[in-house]
Amino acid sequence: MLITILVSAGAVAAVGLVLGALIGFTAKKFEVQTDPKIEAVQELLPGANCGGCGYAGCADFASAIVTKDADPSGCSACSDAMLAKIAEVTGKAAGKKEKMTAVVFCSGSFSRSTRAADYNGILDCRSASIVAGGGGKACRFGCLGYGSCARACPFGAIEIRDGLAVVHPELCRACGKCVNVCPRKLIRLVPASARIHVYCNSLEKPAKRRKFCKNPCLACRKCIRTDETHMQMQGGLVRVNYSNPPDPSSFLDQVKCPTGALQAEEVHRKLEPFKPAEPAQKKEESK
Amino acid sequence: MDTNEILMLTVGAILVNNVVLSRILGICPFLGVSKRIETALGMSGAVVFVMTLASFVTALFNRFLIARTFTINGQTVDLSFTRILLFIVVIAALVQIVEILLKKFSPSLYVSLGIYLPLITTNCAVLGAAELNADASRGLISSTVFGFSTGVGFSLALLLFASIRERLAISRIPKAMQGTAIALVTAGILAMAFMGFSGLVK
Repeated sequence: MLITILVSAGAVAAVGLVLGALIGFTAKKFEVQTDPKIEAVQELLPGANCGGCGYAGCADFASAIVTKDADPSGCSACSDAMLAKIAEVTGKAAGKKEKMTAVVFCSGSFSRSTRAADYNGILDCRSASIVAGGGGKACRFGCLGYGSCARACPFGAIEIRDGLAVVHPELCRACGKCVNVCPRKLIRLVPASARIHVYCNSLEKPAKRRKFCKNPCLACRKCIRTDETHMQMQGGLVRVNYSNPPDPSSFLDQVKCPTGALQAEEVHRKLEPFKPAEPAQKKEESK
Repeated sequence: MDTNEILMLTVGAILVNNVVLSRILGICPFLGVSKRIETALGMSGAVVFVMTLASFVTALFNRFLIARTFTINGQTVDLSFTRILLFIVVIAALVQIVEILLKKFSPSLYVSLGIYLPLITTNCAVLGAAELNADASRGLISSTVFGFSTGVGFSLALLLFASIRERLAISRIPKAMQGTAIALVTAGILAMAFMGFSGLVK
């Protein structure tokens, strides 16, 4: 009995000892030297692994910064202070970058848009967009409101309010994940300094745009006539000239957009019902 | 061993006695990394790799140390009761060494398997495969084949489950059932479905 205990204890101890020595030996013998800078840079990166830089994640980007000379400002999620610190660690000058933000070019929330169908399928924009009826809203170009972009956002910057995706610019780091996921191609990255946008992406005939939505851009060009340097046509759509964005407070008063598609970002986010500046308000109750 | 035996062993380990769905081993990674197919694929690769290797090495240990009886001073000493203890030590050490070697010699493989390897060092499915081999007193080759096919069976179950969970994530589920609750129910139904394979191989 005693000898069994002794032998088994000895065997287990010996195996453990040999294996431990083997691990120690291989760890020393086949050690891989990594640059301590890589770890330091990785600490400074946001760690959201959003992939906005084009690398496989923050760790991959950190090693690319140190070993392959990648530009740290490729990280759209980094603040300028963090970039400066990374530049300090790597000993390279950090490039300046303009802060961008994602904008959903639609104002058709459930209460503002006409519904053409009831959608009971999978609650995902990409699924909704491939079935007939395209997710319920009559407008074929507007936001579906099932939140594919919100789920794709690694920073939680997109909120679905009343069936409309709304970007919170203070949280948005412009990684571009939502841009790729939106089946309606409604989201674009624009300079964050622009605080005013034309929230419509519809290419329907203007009469239909009006029928389907309470705030469509009818491409009446009123804003362009007001100031051609700030606004421009892009195909059939009016867009803010993002290289020279207008000032939100004064420009809106000057233009008096008849449909309210041209809105300040803060107002759009709150989804307050639009009150036209002119008293001539057409009744659109007939269905 | 002939091809017929290998076929029986393989089909038996993958479908009939699936390590997750009928032996209920390795539930932790089965629930833990099955939210997305990509991570499930990485985990599957790591499990197949480790299980094959661990089955071989533990079979080696079993044959030359544990299953033997030694005679010392006229007394016979049987070490078989230390089997679990020795197996888990051997598997853990093996995975550690493999990880170090991978990092050195195959960085690309290390990147794709790296984060999953430490997770399965002491996984019960890996230990289970080794134990089952020892219980059935299989030889070196058939142990390795069994380890490999058990790993493939694990991967099959994991990938099936991950693809179901990806669909579950976007469907309407009552609030109380969301998350792990519905996943466990799904796993149960999947296990029942795999019961249909019983009797395929003796």
